[in-house]
Amino acid sequence: MDHQDRPISIAMVALGGQGGGVLTGWLVETAEKNGYIAQSTYVAGVAQRTGSTVYCVEMFPRKEADKAGKVPVFTPYPIPGDVDLVIAGEMAETSRAIEKGFVTPNISTLIASTHRVYSMPEKEALGDGIMDMSKVSEVASRAARKYVCFDMQEAADDTGSIISSVIFGAIAASGALPFGRTDFEQTIRNGGKAVDSNLRGFSAGYERALSAPIAEDTGAPVEAVTEGPNGQALADRIKSELPVELHKTVLHGALRTLDYQHADYAHKYIDRIVQLTSTDHIKYGFVLSEEVARQLALQMCYEDIIRVADLKTRANRFNSIRAQVNSEGEQPVGVVEYFHPRLEEVCDMLPASVGAKILSSDLLRRLLSPFFSKGRNITTTKVFGFLILYLLAKWRRFRPMSYRFREQNKFIETWLDRVTNAAVKDYDYGVAVARCIEIVKGYGETYERGLSRYLAMIDVEVGAKSSDEVRQLYRAALADEKGEAFEEAVASLGIDS
Amino acid sequence: MAERSFRKEVEKLRMGAGEEFAGEGILAITKALLESGVAYVGGYQGSPISHLMDVLSDAQDILDDLGVHFEASANEAAAAAMAAASVNYPLRGAVTFKSTVGTNVASDALANLSSGGVTGGVVFIVGEDYGEGSSIMQERTHAFAMKSQIWLIDPRPNVPSIVKAVERAFELSEASNTPVFLQMRIRSCHVHGSFVARDNLRPSPSLRDAMENPVRDVSRIVLPPVSFQHEHEKVNERWPAAVEFIKNNRLNEVFEGSRDKVGIVVQGGLYNTLLRTLERLGLADIYGKTKIPIYVLNVAYPLVDDEVVTFCSEKDAVLLVEEGQPNYIEQNINSILRKSDCRTVFVGKDVFPLAGEYTAQVLRTGGVSFLREHDTNFVAPEDPMHQVAEFVSEIDGLVPPRPPGLCTGCPERPVFASLKMLQKEMGDFHVSADIGCHLFSILPPFNIGNTTMGYGLGAAGASAFNTESNRPAISIMGDGGFWHNGLTSGIGNAVFNKSDALTIVVDNNYAAATGGQDVLSSKGATKNRSTQHPIEKAAQGIGVNWTKTVRTYDIGEMRKALREAVTKKGTGPKLLVAQSECMLNKQRREKPQFAKKVISGKRVVQERFGVDEDTCTGDHACIRLSGCPSLTVKPNPDPLKRQPVSYVDNSCVGCGNCGEVAHEAVLCPSFYKTRLIFNPNVLDRVVWLIRQKIIGWLQNSAEKKRLRAA
Repeated sequence: MDHQDRPISIAMVALGGQGGGVLTGWLVETAEKNGYIAQSTYVAGVAQRTGSTVYCVEMFPRKEADKAGKVPVFTPYPIPGDVDLVIAGEMAETSRAIEKGFVTPNISTLIASTHRVYSMPEKEALGDGIMDMSKVSEVASRAARKYVCFDMQEAADDTGSIISSVIFGAIAASGALPFGRTDFEQTIRNGGKAVDSNLRGFSAGYERALSAPIAEDTGAPVEAVTEGPNGQALADRIKSELPVELHKTVLHGALRTLDYQHADYAHKYIDRIVQLTSTDHIKYGFVLSEEVARQLALQMCYEDIIRVADLKTRANRFNSIRAQVNSEGEQPVGVVEYFHPRLEEVCDMLPASVGAKILSSDLLRRLLSPFFSKGRNITTTKVFGFLILYLLAKWRRFRPMSYRFREQNKFIETWLDRVTNAAVKDYDYGVAVARCIEIVKGYGETYERGLSRYLAMIDVEVGAKSSDEVRQLYRAALADEKGEAFEEAVASLGIDS
Repeated sequence: MAERSFRKEVEKLRMGAGEEFAGEGILAITKALLESGVAYVGGYQGSPISHLMDVLSDAQDILDDLGVHFEASANEAAAAAMAAASVNYPLRGAVTFKSTVGTNVASDALANLSSGGVTGGVVFIVGEDYGEGSSIMQERTHAFAMKSQIWLIDPRPNVPSIVKAVERAFELSEASNTPVFLQMRIRSCHVHGSFVARDNLRPSPSLRDAMENPVRDVSRIVLPPVSFQHEHEKVNERWPAAVEFIKNNRLNEVFEGSRDKVGIVVQGGLYNTLLRTLERLGLADIYGKTKIPIYVLNVAYPLVDDEVVTFCSEKDAVLLVEEGQPNYIEQNINSILRKSDCRTVFVGKDVFPLAGEYTAQVLRTGGVSFLREHDTNFVAPEDPMHQVAEFVSEIDGLVPPRPPGLCTGCPERPVFASLKMLQKEMGDFHVSADIGCHLFSILPPFNIGNTTMGYGLGAAGASAFNTESNRPAISIMGDGGFWHNGLTSGIGNAVFNKSDALTIVVDNNYAAATGGQDVLSSKGATKNRSTQHPIEKAAQGIGVNWTKTVRTYDIGEMRKALREAVTKKGTGPKLLVAQSECMLNKQRREKPQFAKKVISGKRVVQERFGVDEDTCTGDHACIRLSGCPSLTVKPNPDPLKRQPVSYVDNSCVGCGNCGEVAHEAVLCPSFYKTRLIFNPNVLDRVVWLIRQKIIGWLQNSAEKKRLRAA
């Protein structure tokens, strides 16, 4: 490369708190120690508080400047179309770097971490708000002269390091700067802080950048695995009675219902699917049955205290928590659960008649509610705390007699009828109606909000004319917590709920 | 203790003549101040000059050695008033603050100071918070320079130029008996570069010499009739003296170029961007050698008429690069050219946007359009943005907005979670917000706050709503704003006007938004300042009867206190102090200590939160009451569920907000807290083993049973 008439220009688009300042300092020092004049600029303050920010570094050979007897003029901000090395600390920031015009096919080396740090709108959505960034990497590979990408956060976590040292390693390996590996490493050593872990991160970044870019792990689909004779019987039945398109989903659902209650319950699940398939057809790809199989399993395995207690006391959960907090050997890990069951959740698991009685009596509600007004912390790693949940989980055998179980069954039956009727009228309409029940989920307020919107939706849906309208309602129901969008959608369809 | 420590770097301030000083802009400015022999320095922190205050604070010992007094002023008005020391005595002084907001606060003192004029040089280092990265309304300090007659230096943004500007600013101030603004743009404050140092200079006379030999000159005090004379003095004596000085010392620079039928006039601070734009257009080299003549206004105010006319005459057309609006310089130059009967075509904002930052791309577009019209030899190379346009359009919609927000574990989060829950319970309130980290409450997920009127003005901003209502207005203020002026403008005002309103003071031990500087109510003891003065006591002292301090993470108590405060009537103004230490500062202090303890074998417990992905509903109600960076989402591992699950990443500091919110808002039972014990003692181990045994046995039997049914 001939740098006689232009400096090496570097732009880093990162999130506050990612250590961009440290990395900038390292770049400047490496340059200065190796015969270059360097300038860096950044914006301090609010950028540290997780916002997106741009760091700018420029460097120019001191020898050249001395020869000319002059000092180069550096830019305070990266010039679009004139950046040799672009660093993006995250995938959406990669997108931002391209948007800012920093990445050009003729000169830019782009070093990007493929991990995601989700933005607030993506996180706070009532359903799935995650933006699909799969396209960005593809665009980036064409937009840059050279594109180096891998999950640098993962590399940092794996090596107990920070992402800036991994990126520093990737920069060294990319060859975008005229310095050798040891020059970069020397800078880390000179820093004197966390030298070992930084060098580990650097090394990981260096190696990963050299190996061929690894396609993003899209996560292989989870296979349903049977564990015993009951599960096997379910699998066999699914194979013989249902079309192959449905095998996977229905097996997932059947095993879930088996785990949730017992084999009879799982067979009932399959019965319901089998019955539905009579109205379905291969020419539609069994989309309807698949959707119903998915939703039905979730509705049949509704979340109640018993289920939560069951899941929370399992050995594999304890193991995964220990792994998550990186506990080593026999390092004790205490686990405190945050529970806040309300009177409603307790009544759900009581015998049907008792539960119904309490819930329908204002007096009883008022008398009992105060006992459930406070959240409870239960330490499941202590014997007493564990026993509480362990015994609650044992309540499972009485679940079929409980209030909620009875109500839920009615609820499911009504929904299935509705779906069948809708599908007979118009197949796609049936699919849309089937999916609507997805908003009924969870516990407490989430459950109540979902349920009330679902019930409102049913009323509207009767008047709705097309699957598009039903889907519009579904989206509106998940648009905001207050329900403004939902009310608007209901009103715009011109039906009173 | 400030967020960033400069303890190591400030040692460079001791450098002597001939040594090469390398560092950031703000550090270089501090060094230049010492080399200029300042007797006193004051200021109020705020981006982008927060670090200047931090550097000075960390350099206290060096300043003491030199006999320089440094004060972390109560606010910008107090800081500017410090310069009164230079009115009667030949003492040099420097004051720094964020502009234009700080200049707004300081303007009373600035106007009084510039009316009477100064004897010793006074330089106001203003951090021009304009453009990318700015956190305030977009205005120009230039207007203050004009209205009070304070000279405005806008140096080229490289360290040697900035250092030279500091020296010259003092000389200019003394030569014209006028205070000077030294304008530092955001990135100039944090520009890394080097210069050759000079020796530091002890102030002479010293502050003590001056105090012990008081001088009184009535003609310098703003009181009729001399205040009328001051106005004449300004234009008849000080202004010509300044112009003379600027001219003789060539503070402005002309870079000649071969294509001299056109020329460009530029504010010093934009020189680098302009030069590099010309370089990209093939009209300059990297060393600043230009084909188009450039006139650099290192002094943006006042202009030197002769220089302007000389540069413009003999040219067909001249382009002015002036950032911000109104276009004061353009108006000024037009008037100069008109009066001198100069016929040169003068182009300003005709080819540039009227408002907004002048980036390289803006300069390129405007410059090309100017040159195409006025330089017949000019052929524009292809705009590099053309080759990226295609890629930009392909990623359209894939750049999520990412404004700054509250840090992981921030103690202000539970305050707003409580307020959001209160609103859900009682309906929305009018919330008068303030300046500080807490202003992030106006963004998702909290969406709380209707207006913000300035630092410390949260309570004053709600003062009109002093009327009977069941839905009283709520105001918010930070501890920084409280001590800056909120105690009088907000709390005192509410007492005096018999308001019944609630003010929440978010007390996190520091002026946190500006970088964690100490305030009067800071909990830690410091050597050079007096701290530990409780906010509650101050408010009680000026007549507030209903005061309460609640730990922010205690959401139950917080909700109770809020409920009481908005429903109780006839108590006079209410003050709720929401107290917990800024997490950024706390972690900075405790993290290294924690690591040390782990290594040295001491028993320590690390708390973190987690979410059970099996039981998470994917509704994210928890996120809507938190917004914590560590509480995020990930794709649902359950093949039957489509919605992403909540997830707590490893950056969690275990502040407790998630658990409290889950309880108070009756969310799902998915949250759990882990307590990981490092270096467990014998008792820990024994208890752990016994529990493991019993729980393990129960789990095994349950698992066996489950498998039998599976």
